[in-house]
Amino acid sequence: MADAKKRSLGKEFTKGLVKENPVLRLVLGTCPTLAVTTSVTNAIGMGIAATIVLVCSNIVISALRKLIPDKVRIPAYIVIIASFVTIVQMLVKAFVPALNTALGAFLPLIVVNCIILGRAEAFASKNTVLYSAVDGLGMGVGFTAALCLMGTIREVLGAGTFLNGIQDLLILFGDNVLNGWNGFDLNSGLEAAGLQPITLFILPAGGFFVFGILIALANKIAEGSGKPKAQLNGCEHCPMAGSCTKLAQENKSKEAEA
Amino acid sequence: MKNLTVSPSPHVRSSETVSGIMLDVIIALVPALIASVVIFGFRAALITAVCIGCCVLFEFLWGKIMKKETTIGDFSAVVTGILLAFNLPVSIPLWMCVVGCFFAIIVVKQFFGGIGQNFVNPAIGGRIVMLVSFSSAMTRWTEPLVWQKGVDAATTATPLSVLKGYDGTLSSSLPSLWHMLIGVRGGCIGEVCALALLAGGVYLIARKVIKPVIPLCFIGTVAVIMLIASKGDLEFTAYQILSGGLILGAFFMATDYSTSPITFWGKVIFAVGCGIITSVIRLYANLPEGVSYSIIIMNILVPHIEAITRPKPFGEEKEKKNKKEEAA
Repeated sequence: MADAKKRSLGKEFTKGLVKENPVLRLVLGTCPTLAVTTSVTNAIGMGIAATIVLVCSNIVISALRKLIPDKVRIPAYIVIIASFVTIVQMLVKAFVPALNTALGAFLPLIVVNCIILGRAEAFASKNTVLYSAVDGLGMGVGFTAALCLMGTIREVLGAGTFLNGIQDLLILFGDNVLNGWNGFDLNSGLEAAGLQPITLFILPAGGFFVFGILIALANKIAEGSGKPKAQLNGCEHCPMAGSCTKLAQENKSKEAEA
Repeated sequence: MKNLTVSPSPHVRSSETVSGIMLDVIIALVPALIASVVIFGFRAALITAVCIGCCVLFEFLWGKIMKKETTIGDFSAVVTGILLAFNLPVSIPLWMCVVGCFFAIIVVKQFFGGIGQNFVNPAIGGRIVMLVSFSSAMTRWTEPLVWQKGVDAATTATPLSVLKGYDGTLSSSLPSLWHMLIGVRGGCIGEVCALALLAGGVYLIARKVIKPVIPLCFIGTVAVIMLIASKGDLEFTAYQILSGGLILGAFFMATDYSTSPITFWGKVIFAVGCGIITSVIRLYANLPEGVSYSIIIMNILVPHIEAITRPKPFGEEKEKKNKKEEAA
C-alpha cells in the first residue's frame, strides 16, 4: 500500500459513491438494504446511522491498526464497531425515537453489517487515519444513496407515497419543521386515475426484485466502461478480490503446494 | 458401405414443433373461453384479448430491445396470455392485466432466458404478483350470468370460501354440483367451467401433448386428502375438486414442459406434492385457494426432483465402480 499516500483524498471519497458502491458493486450489506428500504425515510435514517458508525470505526481501527494483533483482529474490530453502534442506538432512541421503532432489530444489527467490517478489514487496517475516515464517509454516502434509490422505487411504486413520515427524522431539528410537512402522498391522484400502488414492491419479494434489477443495471453500466461485473459466483470475480485476505491465503497455499 | 452417412446427432427427428404444441394448447383452451364469455359476459373475452396482446407485445419488445430473435412465432406468449387471463376475476381493471403480463413475460420468462428456461410457470408467476399486489381487486368475484340480465356486476363468494366454513354439513349457499360442473359459480374467468376444461384436457391427452400422469395424480391426491379430512364425505370432496382452479391448474399449468419433471416417477412426485400443498392451503391456511402457490412451489423443486429420479444410463454402473477403484 505504498502508493496509498499518492492517491488523492477526493478519489478515496468518490470511489464509494459509484465505482465501488458498497451495495450495488461490492454487494455488501444486503440484509439491511432489503429490509429497511420500504420507505425513503427509513433508508435515510439507516444510511446516516451506518455512515456515522462506519466513519467512527474506520478512524479508531485505523488509529489502532499497529496495536491490534493480527490473530485477534476480527474480535477487536467487532468490539470497536459494537461500541459505536451502541452509542448510535442510544442517540437514536433519545432524539429520533420513531426511527428506532421503524428500524427495529436492524439498528443494533449494524454491528454485523458487512460493509463496516469489510472496510475495516480491506481499508482501515492498512491505511492512515485521514484516508480511512474519508473512505468510510464515501462508502457511507454511497450506501445511503443506494438505499435511497431503492427506497424511492419501492415506496413510490409500492405504497404510492414519497418521503412519507419524514417528520420522524425532521424532529431532530425541532417540532413542526417545514410546517409539519410529512412527505408526498400520490394515492388520491392515483385513485382519481383509477390506479393503485403495486403492493408487491414493499413486500420482501419486491425488495429482492428491485435489488436484482439495480445490480443488473450497475453491471450493464460497468460493462460499458470495461470494469468487472459484480458477481456472486466465486471470489475471484469480486471487485475486492485484490484486498481479500481469504483469497490471498488460498493463493499462498496453492503456491506452497506447487 | 456406400449408403452409410456419418452425421452428428440427433438422428431421429419428430414432426412436433413448439408452435404446433402451443396451437394444440390454444385449441384446448377455446371451449373454456367460450364458456367464460357465456358465464361472465364479453368482458371475459376483452380481458383475454388484452392479456394475449400484452404478452405478445412484451415478448416482441424484449426481442427488439435485447437484439435477439423474437419468439412470438411459437405462440408460447399467446398461451401465457390466455392462461394468465383465465386466472383473473372478470372485474379486474385492465391496467392490472398489463402489470401481470409484464411480470409473466419479462421477469419470469425472459429474465431467465426465454422459452424453455423459465424456472416457474410464467402465467402463475404473473398471477401471484397480481394477487399479492392487488389483493382486493383479485378477490372480487362477479356473480355468474348476471350480465345477461343487464344488472351491474353483483359480487359473490366463491364456493371455496364457502367451503372454508365446512363443519360436517355443506352450506346451503353452495351452487349445485351440476352448476359447479358447467361453471355457474363465482371464480376466475377460465377456471369455472370444469366441463370445458376437462374436454380441453382430454383433447391434449389424445393429441399426446400432455401425459395424463400429472393431472390424475394432482387431482387424485387432493381427492384422497379431502376424503380423509371430511371423514368420507363424497359430496364435500366433489365440491373441492370442482372448485377453485384445480382442474385448470392440473391440466394446463402443472403440465408445462419446462417447469415439470421429465421422468414418470418425477411427474408423480411433482403432482402429489402439488396435491398435498393445495389441500393443506385449502384446509388450514388463511387463503381460500392454493393451486397456484402449490404449482409454483413444486416448480421451484423440479430440479431437485429431477436429480433424484434421473434414470441410470446404460452401462453407468460399471463406470462408477471403475472410478471407486481408481480412488482406492
